[in-house]
Amino acid sequence: MSAAIEHEPRPVRVALVGSPNAGKTTLFNVLTGSSARVGNYPGVTVERREGVLRGASPEVRVLDLPGTYSVVGETPDEQVVEKALAGRLANEPDIDGIVCVVDATTLRRGLGLVREVLKRGRPTLLVLTMIDEVRARGGKLEPLALGRILGIPVLGVVGHRGVGMDPLYRLLPDPSRWSPAAVLPPADTVAQRFAWVDDVCRAISADELEPDTKTDRIDRVLLHPVFGLLVFAAVMVLLFQSIFAGAVPAMDAIDAGFGAIGQLSREVLPAGWLTDLWADGVLAGVGSVLVFLPQIVILFTFIHLLQDVGYMARAAFVVDRVMGWVGLQGRSFVPLLSCYACAVPGIMAARTIASPRERLATILVSPFMTCSARLPVYTLLIAAFVPSATLFGVLGVQALVMFGLYLLGVATALVSAALLSSTLLKGTPSIFYMELPPYRWPTPGLLAKQVGRSAGAFVRRAGTIILATSIVLWGLLSFPHAAPDPSRTPAEEARANLEASAAAHIGHALEPAIAPLGFDWKIGVGLVASLAAREVIVATLAQIYAISDVDDSASLRQALRADVDPATGKPVFSLPVALALLVFFVFALQCTSTIVVMARETGGWSWPALAFSYMLGLAWLGAFTTYRVASAILGA
Amino acid sequence: MKAVLRNGAGPARLPLAQLPIGVRARLCEAGPGASIAARLADLGFVPGTILSVVRRAPFGDPVEIAIRGYRLCLRLEQIDALVVEPTTAEGEP
Repeated sequence: MSAAIEHEPRPVRVALVGSPNAGKTTLFNVLTGSSARVGNYPGVTVERREGVLRGASPEVRVLDLPGTYSVVGETPDEQVVEKALAGRLANEPDIDGIVCVVDATTLRRGLGLVREVLKRGRPTLLVLTMIDEVRARGGKLEPLALGRILGIPVLGVVGHRGVGMDPLYRLLPDPSRWSPAAVLPPADTVAQRFAWVDDVCRAISADELEPDTKTDRIDRVLLHPVFGLLVFAAVMVLLFQSIFAGAVPAMDAIDAGFGAIGQLSREVLPAGWLTDLWADGVLAGVGSVLVFLPQIVILFTFIHLLQDVGYMARAAFVVDRVMGWVGLQGRSFVPLLSCYACAVPGIMAARTIASPRERLATILVSPFMTCSARLPVYTLLIAAFVPSATLFGVLGVQALVMFGLYLLGVATALVSAALLSSTLLKGTPSIFYMELPPYRWPTPGLLAKQVGRSAGAFVRRAGTIILATSIVLWGLLSFPHAAPDPSRTPAEEARANLEASAAAHIGHALEPAIAPLGFDWKIGVGLVASLAAREVIVATLAQIYAISDVDDSASLRQALRADVDPATGKPVFSLPVALALLVFFVFALQCTSTIVVMARETGGWSWPALAFSYMLGLAWLGAFTTYRVASAILGA
Repeated sequence: MKAVLRNGAGPARLPLAQLPIGVRARLCEAGPGASIAARLADLGFVPGTILSVVRRAPFGDPVEIAIRGYRLCLRLEQIDALVVEPTTAEGEP
């Protein structure tokens, strides 16, 4: 087999195999640099990561298989690993070499998996990550000694610092030359396998690690019955405070930048519909969404940071009981928390949940979690209509309202999950297990890369789906024109044109359905547009007001506050209307990408259809109730 | 805890879910042959393995277990079937 591979023209392919938290993905990032391509395995919904080994010639392709504790398939992830090792993955060329990745500090767990991989009889190499921690904890693990027992090459590395990587770069291109595995004593049962592992560890005296006192000391506080919950709540509040307050300077700068470009465009370019399209359609639309980039960056920095230092698993540990009450599990927490950024990666992360039942429940309630696309809507409406007072000198009322919206989203997700698991998804809960990795310092470079990738995805969305909707909307909002009337002022002319536009007709047609919520036709247009993606409503409102308002310098916030209903003379946006709209956005499933991913992950359109109708109904009822109650209380 | 230990001649066996925090124990039986038992075995829960309960989560469940040099959390209902025997044997779980 190995001799044949050497003469084939196709690139050498190696696959990384290891348990979650073994440092596999860090190693993959270091090995492949920025060449990683993320996709899906055909037919199954497991993420496929592949990259090209840095500086290798001829090309070496590195495949990062999903993290797994077992090579016998139970979850979709494990099935992919099982098939990949057997060379039975559809449409995938066979793998030439397997790189087992094991956390050197948990050798007694990790070697069992290595034993299973060796049984496949393929060229195999073992990489022990975090080898520095073994020494720091008084251990004396010798990769060479382990290599003598196993037969295969064994390397100790510190992946994120690039320590010990040179031999790995040398070995990876040529799996056919890796030394073959030694003849190992038979181990047919799991118990025999672990007995063998214990023998090996004893032979190389590798099991004498001092306890990780640093992690123990931190956990004594962070997992404390009382302090643990307080810390959990504090981390969440800190997250929202920094998204809301910390991002303001950068947001103002971006806002001013787009305003300046718009003004400059109008001065330099000849007046006409093309300039209007550029300034009112493209700049106003895309600019009003890109302004939220600082908040997105802060949010993703938080999520990746918590994941990297090891707090994410602790948070799941602390809240598992609560998740269990509603038929979910601690494992559902990480996907749901990822949904704070975006439901699409969150729904995909639900693949780590072994049981189909909890997985489906998690996927279906995911869209209730406050994704970053809601943030622009929340920020705009809260900043415009909620007073910027403070309570007790520190807590901003605006931040509290924001926190309340997040809380409403979580609460609805949990209640809906309980509803699902007692009706449509009745059954026994499945096994829940999760590793609590040691606390580790994050690596700034890798963190920046992850945040950059996430922020890049957001910007691409602004450049594609939102740009396209902005242009279409500008067309709908600008044509047809009203009959010219020289007696009108420019402001009246602009308003007349808007009222005559195609968008106004759509908005007016919706009015019977949305009038009970206090929404006027302009909000109706925004709601229709936001079916593509939630944040589009901000771009839409920006366009509506950029077009109807001749004073271009007035910000959208001020324009919303100043807008008056010509029929009643009252403001269009009152606090009750703003609150009702906020609640509508907490509930409604206005996101094409989420619906598409949900269909892909649940294998059909019936679950997404159910989720969409359920959430729309809830949104209407919630907005209606909010509008009525708030109006009654505020006497509006 | 003492009552448990002094039950009869040798140390008493008890369900892992009832093992007091910080007491080292040896796993005796890995439960019924359900898929949970196989999954737990993959995670290192095979007879003879030394383990201990490190702590319970704020609401009493799940529990953090030290086994084979790493920390794992499991729900009480899942470790119901695991029977352990407190031990004074040396070595970090």
